[in-house]
Amino acid sequence: MPTSNDVLFATLADPTRRAIFERLCRQGEQTVGALTAQAGVSQPAVSKHLGVLRRAGLVRDRHQGRETHYSAQLAALAPLVDWASQMTGFWQSRFDDLEDLLKRMDQ
Amino acid sequence: MTMTAAETLTVVVEREVPFPPEKIWRALTQPHLLEAWLMKNDFQPVLGHDFKFRGDWGSVDCQVMTVEPHTTLAYSWGAMGLGSVVTWTLTPTSLGTHLRMEQAGFRPDQQQAYQGAKYGWPRFFTALEGVLEGLE
Repeated sequence: MPTSNDVLFATLADPTRRAIFERLCRQGEQTVGALTAQAGVSQPAVSKHLGVLRRAGLVRDRHQGRETHYSAQLAALAPLVDWASQMTGFWQSRFDDLEDLLKRMDQ
Repeated sequence: MTMTAAETLTVVVEREVPFPPEKIWRALTQPHLLEAWLMKNDFQPVLGHDFKFRGDWGSVDCQVMTVEPHTTLAYSWGAMGLGSVVTWTLTPTSLGTHLRMEQAGFRPDQQQAYQGAKYGWPRFFTALEGVLEGLE
């Protein structure tokens, strides 16, 4: 069973946050102002979401003058791939035990 | 290897087993039998029933979503902040039953995402596909 991905999943569970992350994936580096213009929520709200994304390792910030630029860290999504392979192993092993049980069960 | 987001987020395990669907259905729905191959639980084959699977490492929050006796059983599967849906499909064959388990993952707030969000999961999946291709 996966044990260390909860932060990543919880971070991306919020649709507004996910939309911000998706925008960074699609459009590359953006400022808070540019993200706010398209997010449909206030700039403080966008900043807060970016903070959560940054702590989860999903975005990186870069300061240039008075502006902060944010970019997506795609490698942080790798646990999604891990999740699928871990769950596949989990269920294959459960199938084995289920078959053993079926052999033991009465009709 | 190219892996699409849909493949990444959906786990399928299937097997043909030499037993009739009725027998497998019992193993999938009777708590003491479920415990023997999966986990301790308070499952009931009742639509909307909330239950938990409990393992050594923690518990899984579930809700029954589909009950079609001897054919289809589905429940939500929430663990580690990740919501998913586990669907069992039983199809009779000449040798017994084709048993299929599909776990569709990464849907923590699917309803909310589809109803309220500006960008729902389909678009996110599209973006994620591009991302995963880039990771290979």
